[in-house]
Amino acid sequence: MSKGRYGIHGGQYVPETIMSEVLKLEKEYEFYKNDKAFNEELNQLLAEYAGRPSLLYYAEKMTEDLGGAKIYFKREDLNHTGSHKINNVLGQALLAKKMGKKRIIAETGAGQHGVATATAAALLGLECEIFMGKEDTIRQALNVYRMELLGAKVNAVESGTATLKDAVNECMREWSNRLDDTMYVLGSVMGPHPFPMIVRDFQSVISREAREQILEKEGKLPDVVMACVGGGSNAMGMFYEFIKDESVKLIGCEAAGKGVDTDRTAATISVGSEGVFHGMKSYFCQDEYGQIAPVYSISAGLDYPGIGPEHAYLHDIGRAQYVPVTDDEAVDAFEYIARTEGIIAAIESSHAVAHVMKLAPTMNKDQIIICCLSGRGDKDVAAIARYRGVDLHE
Amino acid sequence: MSKITNAFENNKIFIPFITAGDPNLDKTYDFILTMEKAGAPLIEIGIPFSDPIAEGPVVQCANVRALKGGCTTDKVFDMIAKVREVSNVPLVFIAYLNQLYKYGYERFLERCKEIGIDGVLIPDMPFEEKGELDELAGAYNVDIVSIIASAPVERIEMIAKQAEGYIYVIPAPEGEGMDGAAIAKAIKNVTDTPVAVRFDSDDDSMIDKVYEYTDAIMVDNALVHLIEEYGEQAQEHIYEYVMRMVGKANR
Repeated sequence: MSKGRYGIHGGQYVPETIMSEVLKLEKEYEFYKNDKAFNEELNQLLAEYAGRPSLLYYAEKMTEDLGGAKIYFKREDLNHTGSHKINNVLGQALLAKKMGKKRIIAETGAGQHGVATATAAALLGLECEIFMGKEDTIRQALNVYRMELLGAKVNAVESGTATLKDAVNECMREWSNRLDDTMYVLGSVMGPHPFPMIVRDFQSVISREAREQILEKEGKLPDVVMACVGGGSNAMGMFYEFIKDESVKLIGCEAAGKGVDTDRTAATISVGSEGVFHGMKSYFCQDEYGQIAPVYSISAGLDYPGIGPEHAYLHDIGRAQYVPVTDDEAVDAFEYIARTEGIIAAIESSHAVAHVMKLAPTMNKDQIIICCLSGRGDKDVAAIARYRGVDLHE
Repeated sequence: MSKITNAFENNKIFIPFITAGDPNLDKTYDFILTMEKAGAPLIEIGIPFSDPIAEGPVVQCANVRALKGGCTTDKVFDMIAKVREVSNVPLVFIAYLNQLYKYGYERFLERCKEIGIDGVLIPDMPFEEKGELDELAGAYNVDIVSIIASAPVERIEMIAKQAEGYIYVIPAPEGEGMDGAAIAKAIKNVTDTPVAVRFDSDDDSMIDKVYEYTDAIMVDNALVHLIEEYGEQAQEHIYEYVMRMVGKANR
C-alpha cells in the first residue's frame, strides 16, 4: 500500500499530471518541517502576525446556564483573518515561498480559507488566485470582496454543484495546467498525501496550546474535546495532541443540513460510504455507482461530500465519535452563544456549540468540555438574518 | 497478444474518444459502430462521472449531460454487450477509480471480461496506487492503461517499464514542461509498448509531424464537441471526422 495511510484511508489518488508535483511537495515538506530557520520564521509569523497563542476562554455563563460540565472555548475566532485557517495557510505559503513558487492557488467554501490564503499571499509577496463555487460567492459575497481587496483574483466555479467540491476540482485542474511556478494551498486535512499530514501538522498548534492551557488552568485534562467537521482541519488540529490521552473523548460535529434522513445533508460519516475521491480513500456522500452526491448545509464551510482520511480512521477505530447537527440546531446555537457569552461565532463553529448545548447538561460539574470556536461569525450575520426571515436592506 | 496490441500492429492509429450516454446510450451504440466503420482500430469510451477532475470543461459538460439522461455504469455495460453482438473493435473504458471501487473492483473487471472490454484507463490512479487493481486485472485479462505526463525521466521510465496495452501520454501545456515528443522519446528508450499522445488540436501541419514519434494520437474534445453541437444528429459528422483522422494516420 502507498504512503500517507491512516488505516485503509488516505493515499495519493491524483492524476499523473500533478503526481510529480505532489511527490516534490512531499520531499520538500519532509525537509522543511525539521528545518530550524523555517520553523522560527513560521513561529514568529504565528505569534506576531496571526496573534497566537489563541485564548482558552472559560465560558462561565454558558456553564451556569446549561448546568453541567465546565465549558471552555478555544478561541481560533480571534486569530488574524478570523479563523483557524491562518495557521495552515501561513505554513503552506511560507513553504511555497521556500520552494521558489511565485503563485499560490486555493479553493474556498465559506471564504475563510480563501481570505486567509489571500492574506498570506499579500504578506509574503505571492500572486494569489482563489476558486470558489458560484453558489458560495453569492452566499459569501463579502468574503469575495475581502479577497479582492487583499489583491487576490477570485474565480467563481460554475461546474457541478457550484460549491466547495467543485472549487477543489477546479484547483486540481488549474494546478495541472501551471505546475512550475504555482503551489496549491489546500485548506483542509484532505486530498492526496502529503496534504492531510501537512495541514494536520500546521493545525495541531490548536491542541498543543489547548492542552497546555487547560493543564495550567484546571490541573487536569478535559473529558471531552469537540469541534465541527467539514473536511476536518480545525477538528484535526483540536484533536491531534489529545489522541494519545485515552481518557479524553473526541467528538466531531458534522453538518446534517435539513437532517440525515433527508437528501439535504452533508454529514459524511452518518450517511456516506467508503470511496476514493479528491486524492484520498475515505468516506464520501455518494450513490450506488460512486457518483459524488450534491450535499447541503447552511454552512458553506462544512458543505463538502467527504471527510479527511485521518478522521475516517479515528472513526473506524472508535477513537473519535462523529455526530450530526442540523441547520436549525446550529442557528439556535449561533444565537445562543451570542446572547449568552457575547460571541458571534461562525455558523460552522456553531455546529459544535450546538452539541455542547446537548452534551454539557448530561455531564457532571467537575467535568470539562473544550470546544473549538474555529471562526468568527461576522460573515454569517446576513445569512442568519435571511434564515430568520429578517430583511436587512443591504 | 491482446486485442489492444493487435490494433497497433504495424500501424499508426487514431484513437477516438466519446462519453457514453451523451446524448443517450442508443446513440452511443450507433456512434461506436460508426467509428468502427470509419476505420477506428481502437475506441475509448468514458463512463460518465460526477466530478471528472482530470478533464476540461468540454468533457465535463458531456459527463453532466450523460448523467442527467440517467446513464449508469450498468447501463453502459449493457450497451457494450449489445455492441459486442455485432462488433469486435477493441474497446477501452475511461473511468474514475471511485466508480470501480463502489461497483466492486472484481465485479467491475469481471463484467469487463464478460462483455469484451479490453482495457481500462483510470485518470486518478497513478503508478503509486496501481496495486489497487494489478492482480485482479491480470486475473480477468483486462489491460490497465498507464498515463504518463511531463515528469522526471526516472519516473517516466518507471511507469513505462510496467505499462500494458498502450501508454496514454498527456503533454504539458506549452512552456510548462515536456511536450509529446520529449515524453514519447523517454518512453521509447525503455519499452516497445505503443505510445499514444493526446493533443488539443487537430491542425494538419501538426499532425503530420507527430506521427514521426508516436504510434497513436487522441484529439482531446474533438468528437465530444461534435456531439455537443449536433446531438442525436452527430453520426455523419463523427463518421467524417474519424475517416479523415484515420486517413492521416495511415498516410
